[in-house]
Amino acid sequence: MSVYPWIAWFALRRQAAYLAMALAEGLTNAFFGLLRAFILIALWRERPALGGWDAADAVTFSFVTQALLGAVQVFGGLDLTARIRSGDVAVDLYRPVSLQGWWLADDLGRATGTLLLRSGPPLLCGALVFGLRVPGPGRIALFAASFVLAVLVSFGLRYLVALSVFWLHDDRGIQPIALVLTLFFSGMTVPLVVFPDPLRAVAGTLPWSALVQVPGEVFLGRGNAAGALAFQAAWAAALLLAGAAVTGAARRRLVVQGG
Amino acid sequence: MIEAGDVRKTFTVRERTGRLRRTRRRVSAVDGVSFTVAPGEFVGYLGPNGAGKSTTIKMLTGILTPTSGTIRVCGLDPSRQRTALARRLGVVFGHRTTLWWDLPLRDSLALVRRLYRVEAGAHRERLDELTALLDLGPFLATPVRQLSLGQRMRGDLAAALLHAPDLLVLDEPTIGLDVVSKATVRAFLERLNTERGTTILLTTHDLGDIERLCRRVMIVDHGRLAFDGSLDALRATAGSGRILVVELARPEPPVAVDGAAVERVEGPRQWLRLPGDANAASVVAALAARHEVRDIALREPDIEEIVARLYQGEIPYTAAH
Repeated sequence: MSVYPWIAWFALRRQAAYLAMALAEGLTNAFFGLLRAFILIALWRERPALGGWDAADAVTFSFVTQALLGAVQVFGGLDLTARIRSGDVAVDLYRPVSLQGWWLADDLGRATGTLLLRSGPPLLCGALVFGLRVPGPGRIALFAASFVLAVLVSFGLRYLVALSVFWLHDDRGIQPIALVLTLFFSGMTVPLVVFPDPLRAVAGTLPWSALVQVPGEVFLGRGNAAGALAFQAAWAAALLLAGAAVTGAARRRLVVQGG
Repeated sequence: MIEAGDVRKTFTVRERTGRLRRTRRRVSAVDGVSFTVAPGEFVGYLGPNGAGKSTTIKMLTGILTPTSGTIRVCGLDPSRQRTALARRLGVVFGHRTTLWWDLPLRDSLALVRRLYRVEAGAHRERLDELTALLDLGPFLATPVRQLSLGQRMRGDLAAALLHAPDLLVLDEPTIGLDVVSKATVRAFLERLNTERGTTILLTTHDLGDIERLCRRVMIVDHGRLAFDGSLDALRATAGSGRILVVELARPEPPVAVDGAAVERVEGPRQWLRLPGDANAASVVAALAARHEVRDIALREPDIEEIVARLYQGEIPYTAAH
C-alpha cells in the first residue's frame, strides 16, 4: 500500500489531538453563520429573487459554506509555508516521497478531520434556527464530490503560495493578498450571485469560486452540477500541475534557509 | 559510500546598496571540495559557522544541487535520484525534527515504516532493538511536543534508522543536550558503527563528539577542505604538541631547556610546549637536573584548542597535513 493514505490518516488523527479547539471553532463557525444569514435575509428582503435565489437559498448557502470553510481552509495557510521560512523543509525534502504528494495527502487528511469535527455545529445551528434546504441523496453525492474538488483547488492555491516563499523568503506580503482574493472571489463574503453581471461572470471563471460558491450551488441544486464539477476538476488539475512544475523549479534554485 | 569530486555551490545574494539599487553578489558556500568516505567509516566533519558544512550535507542528501562537480552517495546521484537515495540514507538534523509534533512518538515511527516500506516483522524487530538501545520505552506513547530535547533527539535517531540505512548523516545531533543525554547518543552511535557497520558522517561543533567517536576528521573552512586526516594527525599539527606544566620550588625566569619552549609563566609555575616529536622524559630529566622541581604534569594537546587555533588562522592548515 502506498504511503500517501497513511500520511492522510495520521494528519486526520492529528486534528483529533485538539478536540476542544475544534469544538470552539465549530461554534464560532455557527455564530458567523447566523451573522451571515441575517445579513443575507435583510438583503433578500430588499431585493427578492436577487441572482435567481430566494432567501431560503441564501440562508442554506450561509450555513453549508460555514460548515465547509474550515475544511476548505478559506482563510489560507499551509504548514509548509512556515517550514520553508525556517528551513525545516529540508526534513521534508529528504523523505523518499514527492514534496507535493506529501503535503497533498497531509491536507486531505486535515480536511477530512476538520470536516468531521467542525461541520456539525453550523449545520445544526442553521437547521434549528432557520431550517435548511436538505437535498436528496443523489445531490448529496454530487456535493461530496464537489467538496473534495474544492479541497484540491484550495490546496493547489495554498501550495503555490507556500512555494513562493522559496523566492520571496517570507509570506507576510503574499498571504494578505491571497486572503483578500479568496474571501472576495470565493463567495465567502457574499454569494457571487449578488455581484453585478460583468464581475459575476469574471468571478465565476476564477479558481476561488471553486472553493465556496460552486460547492454551495451544487448543494442548492442551482445550475448544471456536471459543468460545476468539471470546472472544479479543471482548476484542480491545472493548479496541481503548476504546483508540480514550480516544485521542480524551486528544487533547482533552492535556497534552504538556516544552517 | 560517498565520493565528492571538486564540488562547488555558489549562491547569489542580493543586497541593497542604495535607496533603490540592489547589487547581486555571488557567494561560494562550497568551493571545490573533494573527498571519499569508505563503507564502515566514522567521519567527523568540522568547520566554523558559515564554512559550508550544512551546504555540503544538503548536497550529499540531494536537497541542494551542486553548481558544479560530481557527487555519488551509495552509488547514486543525490540531486537526480533523491527519492531512491532517501531509502538508503538516514539523516538527522539536530535542530530540526522529522517527528509529528501532535502525535505520540510511536505514530511517527509507524509512519516511517510506511514511508520506507519496511516489512512488518523486520520493523518490529528493529523497533524493539532501537527501543532498548535508546531507551525509548518510557515515552513511546507521549506526544512529541511533550518530549524533552534529549528524548526527541533519541526519537529522531530511531526514526532515521528504522529502515536500516547504509549511511547515516548527522548534522549536530548533540546540540543542546545535557551530559547524560550526550553520552547516551554517543554510545549508541559508536555501537551502530562498530556492530552494524553503518557508515556515519557527523557534523558537530562539539569536539567531545569527535574525540569520542571519529577516527577520521575533515575540516572545511571558507568552502574548502582544509584538513582531512586522522585525529592523531590533527593532534600532531605543528605547534600543537603536548604541554608540560612544571611547578618549581620558587618563582624563576623562564627556564631554558632544549626541545621545549616556555609559553607562560605564573609564579612558580611554567608551561612548556613540547613539539610533536619531543622526548618528554629527556626534557623532564634536564629540568630536574638544573632546577628544584616540586611537581610535573604532562597534558595531551587539547583538540578544542588546536581547532580554535586552526579556525583563527594561528596555525596554517598545511601544518596539519
